[in-house]
Amino acid sequence: MASIEVQRMQPPATVMHNRLQSMRLQSLVGRALATVVIATGALIILIPFLFMLSTSLKSKNQLRAVPPPLIPWEMTMVEVTGKREPLYRVTIDGETREMALVKNQPGGMGVFVDPFHPEQSVTLKIAEQTPVRHVELHPENYVEAMTAVPLPRYLLNTLIVTFVGMTGVLISCTMVAYGFSRFRAPWLSWLFIVLLSTIMLPRQVTLIPVYVLFQRLGWVDTLLPLIVPTFFANAYDVFLIRQFFMTIPLEMDDAAKIDGASPMQTLWHVLVPQATPVIVTVALFHFLYAWNDFYEPLIFLHSQKNWTMAVGLQTFNALYAVNTHLIMAAGVVMVIPPVLLFFLAQRHFIQGVVVSGVKG
Amino acid sequence: MRLLRRSRLTLAQKEDLWALFFIAPWLIGFLVFTAGPMLVSFSFSLTRYNIVDAPIFIGLENYVRAFGRDPLFWHSLRVTLYYGALSLPLGLLVGFGLSLLLNQKIPFLSLWRTIYFLPSVIAGVAVAIVWSRIFSPQGGLLNPFLERTFGIKGPGWFTDPNWAIPGLVIMSLWGVGGGVIIYLAGLQGIPTSLYDAARVDGANALQRFRYITLPMMTPVLFYMLVLGLIGAFQYFTEVYVISGGSGGPQRATLFYNLYLYQNAFKFNEMGYASALAWVLFLIVLALTLLVFRSSALWVYYEGEVRKR
Repeated sequence: MASIEVQRMQPPATVMHNRLQSMRLQSLVGRALATVVIATGALIILIPFLFMLSTSLKSKNQLRAVPPPLIPWEMTMVEVTGKREPLYRVTIDGETREMALVKNQPGGMGVFVDPFHPEQSVTLKIAEQTPVRHVELHPENYVEAMTAVPLPRYLLNTLIVTFVGMTGVLISCTMVAYGFSRFRAPWLSWLFIVLLSTIMLPRQVTLIPVYVLFQRLGWVDTLLPLIVPTFFANAYDVFLIRQFFMTIPLEMDDAAKIDGASPMQTLWHVLVPQATPVIVTVALFHFLYAWNDFYEPLIFLHSQKNWTMAVGLQTFNALYAVNTHLIMAAGVVMVIPPVLLFFLAQRHFIQGVVVSGVKG
Repeated sequence: MRLLRRSRLTLAQKEDLWALFFIAPWLIGFLVFTAGPMLVSFSFSLTRYNIVDAPIFIGLENYVRAFGRDPLFWHSLRVTLYYGALSLPLGLLVGFGLSLLLNQKIPFLSLWRTIYFLPSVIAGVAVAIVWSRIFSPQGGLLNPFLERTFGIKGPGWFTDPNWAIPGLVIMSLWGVGGGVIIYLAGLQGIPTSLYDAARVDGANALQRFRYITLPMMTPVLFYMLVLGLIGAFQYFTEVYVISGGSGGPQRATLFYNLYLYQNAFKFNEMGYASALAWVLFLIVLALTLLVFRSSALWVYYEGEVRKR
């Protein structure tokens, strides 16, 4: 019945057809424009990555090119009577030849010779000739960066902080989320509000006393201040996991309870296997946080042997500013693990952002 | 009877004990790393304390100093607010705009989404270093590009006190993709039936945007605004890397959080830094409450009963 009514309200077929066609054209043009804008934006986003990668593969000489090309070009050199000279593609009477620049002369002129017949020379304006270049990569920058600063040590420290911390977060937050989702004591709901309100507490407010505490314990300049707190749960991840637990039907718990399972067993055998998506998301987010965090490592780690990648890279940059290529190589090393992980587990990342952003 | 009651009581108690057991990690952490330190931090803020010697009680002196005698305190607030006033609206506009485009059923959606999210994955030191080189007036990437395509002679960016903050704002726009993902999810959550109904009623694209998309998206925009405000007051890593921890050039990037850090860990003024932390806390609290309060005026929640 509904369909009949709809039909009666529609305009005659031809008008409808024309209108539809113009709408379709409009949306096609709109979509093409949108795609162009989006693709341009994507290119802009990729440029810093390309810049970092290409700079990390350049020699110190290649760094001098202004503006820095995104491809690590190198001037092609040829041997002319025992000396290495830059090769140019020169135009003489409409004919193009490859010749070497052997001598600069006033007024931007240069003497070019044929590398195979050095006696044939011609004087031309240098700016009008095109230098011959080729791509030259210097992967040895990575080895040099590793030896200039103890990158392997920084990496090891970062891995320890990241993975031990991840274990801490997963164990503690899963337990706490279970406590807040499966028990009914009235004081629990009060505590949950307290937990939620700590999300917006800036960490600077507690930082100084915590620093003093760790100093009294003799933990400053060890990895412990970065690791130990993770075992005491954090509001944000507890909230995420709890929200997920709330969607798992209680019947499953009851069945396990009737079978004589303790709450610990119920959590481990019933809830955790079903909550893997949120657990993976929390693990990934903690990885990113711990891997990239600069603030706390800067405050708690003083001696070089304890630095994480973030602090090590910052110091490298501050002390060896001229060695841009080596700094970029170290930067690439730091960036690869999160980028790789992101590509492998994209779906979980984006889901996590969406869940915490839209529904949180 | 008596036995039964006692066993029932212990059952409830047992449940409570289990609950306590499960939330214990957070509860202990809350007391040791949050509640305790908050109290201590407040009492530090009433002292002169250099971490080596015992704190000396000086009353509200630190607060008087901040508000009354410390031009750098006001300066760092101005820097932070200036950055926020530029980067928040721009970020919201660009991010939301991009997500509207991405929502046009354009090809390769998942590819674009991946690329736009990429910067959020590596936020931090490496990014700041790369951008400092891109902006560099010597051998950077941006100024030659501006010169060639627009004929503009680019400024000194992070070496020029007038251009350092705009530079940071441009840098922050590069990371706008994290928000794009959230907006996009919000857009895709709007029921298509609403648009269909509007079309039947003859609403054009602009009207559909104004009366459906925008109201449906205000909760998400609102959430991002609150996060962005809090974020500006916590901004640290990028400025630390770019200015080498100094807040230069000429203190142009002395953000509030950086100034707090300098007081605590460079000048060993733990008491004053604690006072600054409490001021920060109150500012964040006030801003959040302000945005929440004002949200009734402009944020639309589905299922909300409107009061007249």
